[in-house]
Amino acid sequence: MNKLNDKIGHFPRQLEDESIYIMREVAAQFERPALLFSGGKDSITLVRLAQKAFYPGKIPFPLVHIDTGHNFPETIEFRDWLAKETGAELIVRYVQDSIDQGKAKEESGKYASRNVLQTVTLLDTIEEFKFDACIGGARRDEEKARAKERIFSVRDDFGQWDAKRQRPELFDMLNGRIAVGENVRVFPISNWTELDVWNYIKEENMEIPSIYFSHKRQVIERDGMLWADSEHLNKEADEIPFEATVRFRTVGDMTCTAAVASEATEIDVIIEEILSAEISERGARIDDKRSEAAMEKRKQQGYF
Amino acid sequence: MDILRIATAGSVDDGKSTLIGRLLYETNSITKDKIEALESASKRKGLDFLDLSLLTDGLIAEREQGITIDVAHIYFSTPSRKYIIADTPGHVEYTRNMVTGASNAKVSLILVDARQGMVEQTARHLSIAAMLRIPKVIICVNKMDLVQYQESTFEEIKASLTELVKQTTFEGQEISFLPISSLYGQNITTKAEQMPWFTGNTLLGELEAFEYAETLAHAPARFPVQFVVRPMTEAYHDFRGYAGKISSGTFQVGDAIRVLPTGQESTIATIEKFESKLSHAKAGDSVVITLSTDIDISRGNTIVLASEANAPQLKDFSAQVCWLDHQALTPGKTYLLQHGINITKAKISQITERLDVVAQTATEGVDSLKLNEIGRIALRTAQPISADVYANNPSNGAFILIDEFSNSTVGVGFVQ
Ligand SMILES: Nc1nc2c(ncn2[C@@H]2O[C@H](COP(=O)(O)OP(=O)(O)OP(=O)(O)O)[C@@H](O)[C@H]2O)c(=O)[nH]1
Ligand SMILES: [Mg+2]
Repeated sequence: MNKLNDKIGHFPRQLEDESIYIMREVAAQFERPALLFSGGKDSITLVRLAQKAFYPGKIPFPLVHIDTGHNFPETIEFRDWLAKETGAELIVRYVQDSIDQGKAKEESGKYASRNVLQTVTLLDTIEEFKFDACIGGARRDEEKARAKERIFSVRDDFGQWDAKRQRPELFDMLNGRIAVGENVRVFPISNWTELDVWNYIKEENMEIPSIYFSHKRQVIERDGMLWADSEHLNKEADEIPFEATVRFRTVGDMTCTAAVASEATEIDVIIEEILSAEISERGARIDDKRSEAAMEKRKQQGYF
Repeated sequence: MDILRIATAGSVDDGKSTLIGRLLYETNSITKDKIEALESASKRKGLDFLDLSLLTDGLIAEREQGITIDVAHIYFSTPSRKYIIADTPGHVEYTRNMVTGASNAKVSLILVDARQGMVEQTARHLSIAAMLRIPKVIICVNKMDLVQYQESTFEEIKASLTELVKQTTFEGQEISFLPISSLYGQNITTKAEQMPWFTGNTLLGELEAFEYAETLAHAPARFPVQFVVRPMTEAYHDFRGYAGKISSGTFQVGDAIRVLPTGQESTIATIEKFESKLSHAKAGDSVVITLSTDIDISRGNTIVLASEANAPQLKDFSAQVCWLDHQALTPGKTYLLQHGINITKAKISQITERLDVVAQTATEGVDSLKLNEIGRIALRTAQPISADVYANNPSNGAFILIDEFSNSTVGVGFVQ
């Protein structure tokens, strides 16, 4: 019944209307909102939606990037280009600074990454700018703990998510009232799937970082997956880099996002690959594989 | 491509999560890595079969206790539509999460355990489906495998529910009955070879065939103003647009409009969606509207057609409510009432009755409504609200009540 070509290129427009409505609620209900920008396709989609929501006005909140120092250079380049293109304010804070200040400790071993560490920098940034709402590109179809999220997700002073005490969220009525010190994480594309995002990018003719398309790069093979070789990756003696033709399906840090072998240089081919993929998007994220409840635990700590 | 939103309902352990897991499994919507994760989680629980309820029961506490605590949203699509499923908890304590999941649904799947037949939750959830005016309810008699797939059991349960169903449904609500086994995949996407006596559609078949008449576009035009767009740039120096999502009806360029509650009038100059200018827009569209004259409009105002002489302005009214908080609703207390995007203070003057969901009878003269109870209240707001009677225009007839001190959403109401 899942006939491939039937599904290609159909983006349910209703989703866009709903997300724009959420963006406008954020701008209206909060004093100091921010859009957490990672450089990945989901946050690029958020920027597009924010642009549409306030047009012909500018996006009324800053884009905030927590730079782990392990980002793909293409992502950083794209981030700067997009901020310029949209005229949005860009705020960058560095995980390296949190490490230098002794607030976060670099992990060791071959799976070392800065994924967990970025929460420290994020919480500090929220405090520094007194952000009361942070818009994120998480989608409920990504992961089982995310499937439980509200659109407006209230976090306490420590940024923690309490899954057992979520507010009822009825119809499209969003209650963003909070006490001093609390903040809200907002997920405007909660109800989009990976496929919806790609179909949207296609229909909107959006620019995305080049690493989403097939290219040649030095990789190593680990646990049956391909990893971009970089100075940040702790390689073992037998992990020898070789050149491969790959693309990335999801973009996080270089240390925790695996590449997929692919010749896809066009978006239609990417969509076809996703439709026939046997592995889910987060299957290429080592940060989720640490334990069965890795995501829920990180969210309790304030991860976005 | 359209979207169909579905929510599960029914008592704890009736098999809601298993059913949704099965539906996704049989439509090839679960990727290999997720199936492997389910296999190993099932094994860790000491099960010798694939426990598909683990697909939606993703929280640590849920997996420990084997129950659903909060709503999970899960997605799949067929060539004809995208489905958004809210898998809700059956435990009475978490009814507020059930209501959260059900509030947007067009189809409610109410599960009944074939061994037990109707229980209190069946009645509560049928009442909630009616209160929300969910257009279609499929009562799924599950675990048919445990009653040897007997037709007589199915028919008995169906008969025992007839009276209740008669009392809860509203005109136009479709109710159907379906015998299934979620565990063994009987009547989910393929006809049950174990139940040749059942000649109806499978669950997926019913969902695919369901078309609901979208009445919202024909309801009276309502445009709540969310945000005033004032770029104040050189190119758009005098631009003043009103951004919002049309909640019902249709607006066209040139329409004469009135602003509530101020009563000022103007005409629509443009309807814009990003860079494109539209001739009209309908319910569900997020647009920016500009007017031909400069009038004072702010967030929370509602734009309606000037031709509608008596657009509603409510200050004293009655509503059906479902209470969602541990602290009971007590008359005399002031809450914040949020209708759509508009917030005003409201005082509950009286609880006129409480509904007994099983007997479907009302008790008058009650002095509180506790968590998960349904009743009727009389209330008075500080500012008038532009709400319609929920039954006539669901997209503009519901509100939530917020506790001023805890900031929690404590109740949901439906204007009567
Ligand atoms: N024999 C049999 N067992 C079933 C069937 N469907 C579900 N079960 C079992 O019933 C138990 C409860 O299933 P769940 O899917 O977790 O029930 P639920 O309705 O989601 O429960 P809550 O969400 O906690 O209200 C599990 O042990 C399932 O394996 C069925 O069709 N036949
Ligand atoms: Mg369940």
